[in-house]
Amino acid sequence: MAAPCVSCGAAASYRLFLGGGVSLARRQGVWKAAAAELQTGAGFQILRLRHTTGVTTKKNVAALRRETYTVDFIKKQIEEFNIGKRHLANMMGEDPETFTQEDIDEAYGKLLEAEKHQNQLQAKGLFSEKTKTKNLIGSRWLIKEELEEMLVEKLSDQDYAQFIRLLERLLTLYGGAEEEFVQRFRRSVTIQSKKQLIEPVQYDEQGMAFSTSEGKRKSAKAEAVVYEHGSGKIKVNGIDYLLYFPVTQDREQLMFPFCFLDRLGEHDVTCTVSGGGRSSQAGAIRLAVARALCSFVTKEEVEWMRQAGLLTADPRVRERKKPGQEGARRKFTWKKR
Amino acid sequence: MLKRMTRLVSGARQLDPGRFLHGEPQAPQSLAAHLDNQVPDESPRATSCTSEDDPARHGEQHEGQHYRIPLQDLRTVFPHGLPPRFGMQVRTFNEACLMVRKPALELLRYLKNTNFAHPAVRYVLCALDGETGTGKTLSLCHVIHFCAKQDWLILHIPDAHLWVKNCRGLLQSAYNKLRFDQPVEASSWLKDFKTANERFLSQIKVQEKYVWNKRESTEKGRPLGEVVEQGLTRVKNATDAVGIVLKELKSQSGSGAFRLLVAVDGVNALWGRTTLRREDKSPMAPEELALVHGLRKMVRNDWHGGAIVLTLSQTGSLFKPRKAYLPQELLGKEGFDALDPFIPILVSNYSPEEFESCVQYYLENSWLQHEKAQTQEGKKELLFLSNANPGQLERLCAYL
Repeated sequence: MAAPCVSCGAAASYRLFLGGGVSLARRQGVWKAAAAELQTGAGFQILRLRHTTGVTTKKNVAALRRETYTVDFIKKQIEEFNIGKRHLANMMGEDPETFTQEDIDEAYGKLLEAEKHQNQLQAKGLFSEKTKTKNLIGSRWLIKEELEEMLVEKLSDQDYAQFIRLLERLLTLYGGAEEEFVQRFRRSVTIQSKKQLIEPVQYDEQGMAFSTSEGKRKSAKAEAVVYEHGSGKIKVNGIDYLLYFPVTQDREQLMFPFCFLDRLGEHDVTCTVSGGGRSSQAGAIRLAVARALCSFVTKEEVEWMRQAGLLTADPRVRERKKPGQEGARRKFTWKKR
Repeated sequence: MLKRMTRLVSGARQLDPGRFLHGEPQAPQSLAAHLDNQVPDESPRATSCTSEDDPARHGEQHEGQHYRIPLQDLRTVFPHGLPPRFGMQVRTFNEACLMVRKPALELLRYLKNTNFAHPAVRYVLCALDGETGTGKTLSLCHVIHFCAKQDWLILHIPDAHLWVKNCRGLLQSAYNKLRFDQPVEASSWLKDFKTANERFLSQIKVQEKYVWNKRESTEKGRPLGEVVEQGLTRVKNATDAVGIVLKELKSQSGSGAFRLLVAVDGVNALWGRTTLRREDKSPMAPEELALVHGLRKMVRNDWHGGAIVLTLSQTGSLFKPRKAYLPQELLGKEGFDALDPFIPILVSNYSPEEFESCVQYYLENSWLQHEKAQTQEGKKELLFLSNANPGQLERLCAYL
């Protein structure tokens, strides 16, 4: 019957579908009637003979095959029709769920025109399939409110979705001819890394370069002073870090920024920390030290650190306990009776 | 530029915390197999181990290097065993290697130049600024090994804190009604003393008659070994036997027949508080323990013919804050006055060369199996994580 198994998005598929689709349109009316009949006669398992010619010559063998319309046969045809309808909806860039009969008719009109246009263009040799994704980096589509504002008219969600789909389709076709048109509907997005604040380097009385910054984690606040040249000594609240953090895990946290930048043993750190517990104090100092190290380090290394997560404050805080539960997530023991 | 990028890329890959150096997932079986496969090769050990096994000949040129204590010596010189973690290392590597460090060398120099006519000098090994695990006990062990090789009589109390806490079976002393005996501790110490100083026990003669009970007594002129035997067989009299031994040694050390070394680890226990209670649940003061009383007399410098080497330790101490490290804080006023004057010897963390030597020793024994351990970055990581503290480094490199 009609060839519903087309792959979308290729020019060849248009032709294939069109070849079969035109016949589909004609037979549509027939199927619809048959489907209606099937639904009304659902209780009966009766064969419904339509064209009872009964002639079994070679010419009419194909016609004979079409004559016996069993219930299963009709059902299968209805399914194939629906699948074909969905494929058509995909190709037209519409939503497959809400593709009505009028949309089908419109689609055929457009497809025929498009085929004519394509033939003309191919004759001229302007048809190209290049996809351009470079223009899409660093920008985003307008959101629905912004688009409404621009067009000064109310839009529905489906309209907006349809619009974005069409614009994306437009970008992939015809070598980016309408690029400026499409770019009107995109806004640039600032790259996160450019927002990184780098502390200035200060100099103390002896001329030693150092840099200060702060860090927070849960309820611990830390302030770190990192000296540019040193031997890797760290003092926390005036106490050596080995005595302040007896647990190896905390010292590993302190080591992470230096280890990442391969600068173990090159900087001296003096820091003060208050609040929180041992683990959050270690995390706060780590953040402060990483931020302070930004001033001694190149821009790419700052970007590497940001991507490693050294420069992001950990937003996790203790979740509140809710009434009716034992803790933040834990519920009371469920008793069956 | 490219090299920098690759280093940072490898750094970026290190985000997985499992890659950090200190995790040593070495199963004992695979280590043993490795040791079996290893052909004993002397040349790589030259960097961190010295072949000089006699502590008397250790000098500055051996600083930072490990020297081996023969295993038979271990059994005689340290019968009670070494500090537990070091003992585990000895059993793992099948050899006891101590690092020669500055404090120990200093002490050895003093000991070699002692004037035995003068009263015994007290040397106290202490650490700076609240650090623990810097090597005080092992330096003491080094000194004891030296003295044993020089044929001194060693009076070694491995941990005085064990005598003031967790003691069961306190008995009222027969000798002095006000004091208490500790039979278990006394008898175990007598056993170790006997193993360490076998040859002296027959030479030294008792100078008084001691009556143990109605039937047993030790005559004047009998060898000291008999007193020790009496203490070992009659556990009830063990504490008194210890007291007698201490008294005799103190009085006879001046005669010049032998040289006496008194080595006490954790001497601040003698002047602290105890966790022991009497039957009526009232707390006991340390001077009411006969062992402590005898030891306090021993540590006084009113005898000559030897030396006293002591260690202060907060780790096992009772009722002392963790940050206390000064002699005044740990000993208290009474203890400080009793020990004053003394020579403090500072034991601090590893110097860079000593750290390097220690890591090299572990690498040579195939103890550090992580491939990054041999690289410079790996050693820097270890240095950072342990801050050159010997105890911390040992714990970092230990198996999980």
